[in-house]
Amino acid sequence: MDIIRVEGIAKSYGKHRVHENLSLTIRQGECFTLLGPSGCGKTVLLRLIAGFEIPDGGKISIGGTVVSDPAGGIDISPDSRGLGVVFQDYAVWPHMTVFDNVAYPLKLAKVSRENLKERVMETISMVGMGGLEKRFPSELSGGQQQRVALARALVAKPSLMLLDEPLTNLDANLREEMRFEIKELQRKLNITVFYVTHDQEIALAISDRLAIMDEGGHIRQTGTPWEIFERPEDPFVFNFMGIANFLSVRKAGEDYLVGDGVQRMPWEKPEGDAPEWAAGFRPSDVRLAQNGEGLRGIVRRASFLGAMMDYLIEIDGASLRTSVETHEALTEKLMFQEGETCVVNFRNLLWFDAGSLTEVLKS
Amino acid sequence: MNAITQKRSFGAAQIILFLSVAILVVVVAVPVLLIFFNAFWVGGKFNLRDVLKIIGEPDTYQALVNSLIIATGTTLGSTVIGTFFAWLVTRTDLPYKRFMKSMFLVPFMLPSFIGALAWKMLLSPRAGFINRFFMVNFGLSAPVFNIYSYAGIILVEIMYLFPFVFIQVCGALERMDPTLEESARISGAGLFTITRKITIPLVMPSILSGALLIMLYSMAHFGTVAVLGIENGIFNIPTLIYQRIHQSAGSFASIRTGTVLATVLVVTAAFIIWLQGKILSKGHYQIIAGKSFRPMELKLRTLRVPLFIFCLAYIGFTIVLPTVVIFLVGGLKTYGLPFTWENLSLDNYKFILFDYKVTKDAIWNSVTLGLSAALVTMFAGVMISYVIVKMKVRGKGILEFLGMLPFSVPGSVIALGVILAWSGKFGINLYNTVWIILVAYIARYMAFSLRANSAALEQVHDSLVEAARACGATMWQALKDIVLPLVRPGMLAAFFLIFLPSLRELTVSIMLYAPTTRTIGVAIYTLNEDGETVVSAALAGIALILIVTGQSLVNYFTGKTGGAGGK
Repeated sequence: MDIIRVEGIAKSYGKHRVHENLSLTIRQGECFTLLGPSGCGKTVLLRLIAGFEIPDGGKISIGGTVVSDPAGGIDISPDSRGLGVVFQDYAVWPHMTVFDNVAYPLKLAKVSRENLKERVMETISMVGMGGLEKRFPSELSGGQQQRVALARALVAKPSLMLLDEPLTNLDANLREEMRFEIKELQRKLNITVFYVTHDQEIALAISDRLAIMDEGGHIRQTGTPWEIFERPEDPFVFNFMGIANFLSVRKAGEDYLVGDGVQRMPWEKPEGDAPEWAAGFRPSDVRLAQNGEGLRGIVRRASFLGAMMDYLIEIDGASLRTSVETHEALTEKLMFQEGETCVVNFRNLLWFDAGSLTEVLKS
Repeated sequence: MNAITQKRSFGAAQIILFLSVAILVVVVAVPVLLIFFNAFWVGGKFNLRDVLKIIGEPDTYQALVNSLIIATGTTLGSTVIGTFFAWLVTRTDLPYKRFMKSMFLVPFMLPSFIGALAWKMLLSPRAGFINRFFMVNFGLSAPVFNIYSYAGIILVEIMYLFPFVFIQVCGALERMDPTLEESARISGAGLFTITRKITIPLVMPSILSGALLIMLYSMAHFGTVAVLGIENGIFNIPTLIYQRIHQSAGSFASIRTGTVLATVLVVTAAFIIWLQGKILSKGHYQIIAGKSFRPMELKLRTLRVPLFIFCLAYIGFTIVLPTVVIFLVGGLKTYGLPFTWENLSLDNYKFILFDYKVTKDAIWNSVTLGLSAALVTMFAGVMISYVIVKMKVRGKGILEFLGMLPFSVPGSVIALGVILAWSGKFGINLYNTVWIILVAYIARYMAFSLRANSAALEQVHDSLVEAARACGATMWQALKDIVLPLVRPGMLAAFFLIFLPSLRELTVSIMLYAPTTRTIGVAIYTLNEDGETVVSAALAGIALILIVTGQSLVNYFTGKTGGAGGK
């Protein structure tokens, strides 16, 4: 069952059009991530769902009830949407203790005193903040403040929680720890999570499904983390999900030749008849060798990064980046010097029409 | 909780917006517009020739010229003195710099018309203590200095206004990155060259903006000129407005002259503020950061002690001496008696505090007016600031403009506008009641409140309110539970920014008072005019005690909680 249904939403600020005819559905009980570069309008979409912004057109329903429909004159205020929201800057109220922060939603809901205390304490210990309930936010670290915000969003037992880059302001270790905790809580409480982030790692780690949004606010692909990573529908998604190589390949008769040279691409041919192609692959998809079958290239840059050797290789005017684990490079004799020749093969490769590539290379 | 409840939003936003616009329009916009209307609109027609004719009349023209002379003199003098002292306490090894700095800021607290009264007692041509001392003891036939003159007025205004430049320049010198000067030094520039080529150009915007502030203040300044100028027929724009309105009991001609003069004042003030904005926006903040540095200090060497004595003498002469004179005269049995123990007592102070109805009323009026104005303006200010800072509504620029308008509208103009608006023309007649003074105070101090509250509200991040909304709080509940507690420090600041100045207010109340609605300022001024010098001085002494105590308490408490505040 769909818990959130966004249909044909449009939103502009003055002349700046953020969203146009955007549609999205989120299923009951899943952890859904909206992933996109900063400034693409993903936070705007979250704010539209939360009710902090009113769409110019389209319709949003939550749990089967229409909450925003400007054409129909419907605009349910945020306090009536029954959501939990966690913000990037925590938004913990500085004049209230941890207990009061977490208790606030229940106070508004007029929960009885004993019941309130029990539920607040339970939620506080659930996010690992037990014993700190009398502290003020100024006495807490960033990670602890974000836990308070999480507890506050969870205490009223919402069926849907919206998280807006909640981990961005935390340091790397804490970020890693918290993302598993969020996932854990989501499973345990069986709630639906709508998570907005620009961090691919977090998105892949916690999502059941995710959607990739581009700078123009368009959703490029929706799917499971595996589908997104391994079966990207276009170069934008491919590029956004990690370092990507796009090797230019041209069609010459029946052959597909790399760069401006005459070496044939050692991979099955693309479907379609465009003259210019790009072979997309990740650094880890490259198989290097001293000699043998494959594309001959010249090492243009060799950087020792400790555990890894990083190479920039030129093949007839086209270049690619790859890396080899240092001990593997030593045992397999893959320690190349700049200017040396090497042989390139591929483990995995995706064909993209070169025409669809321009926007990716631009950014 | 999970279910979505269908209810119409109550329209809190609309109510707040409507109230904010209504308050500013009624309290601020209408009075100011009425002034322009009355100045330019005669018999249902736009009439510029009459306006020019009124400006051309000898009295009015002279008042304009006087305002300009006094403001120019005051500005030049204050700028030189303020910059010099600022440099001394920030960039040299002058002894006791901290103490000196706080002493130079004392005139901020003291009402200048009380200072003017003190100087009148000291330097009036015949009766002034200093003049008489020299004439009696050294056989001089003429007074040493006549305070009833342009020079006298300008000097007294300088004493009370120079802190505007002083504090701005101090701030700029303290925040200036010393590496800018050090790099010049490394390049081989001498101290003189550095000062001329690096320091002064960098501090110039602060000096100019302080100077313009003084210009603005002095053009519209009533108290000093009223006390020292009227004796010798020196009027500036505010005192002429007062004299015309006061003498003619609201005749049409005098109101017209008043409105024309007020218009000139408003236009000049607007021009000065525009100029100040231009200078400040020229990007001096790029070089002078908000951070505090330890600037390099110039060794004064042989000049150290003489300059120290000079500073002490300046403080003694301009701050201590007038204050002491006020309290001493307040203790005299009769004005004119010498200061001996037999002639001094606390009787006058007892009299004005417990027995004399005029002064008792005045103190009561000032305190209640100040409290009510501060309360009303504080709450209205927080609401209007909320609309300006937080709400996304069209046309809030107008609100911002209206709220800051009183900054460029001098007190006498506000008073005149309030008379025009609230004298029964529109169905409500508050003239001769305390209410008209209250309305004028609210209009005058609204800008203070907006500033303090806007600053506080800008600290309250939007997401704090949104988090409350998402927790199920309505707009009203979020305002009550989240916004109000967090802006409380700003509201408190606004309260005292209004309450303390209103205790010493003269310019507005003098135009609006009735026999039973005198304020402290009005009582001091009128008693002095009526020749009740000792009583007037005693009341001035009480006022000084009230103001200084209040200000010290506020400084103490704000200093203590200064570091706190919302995220």
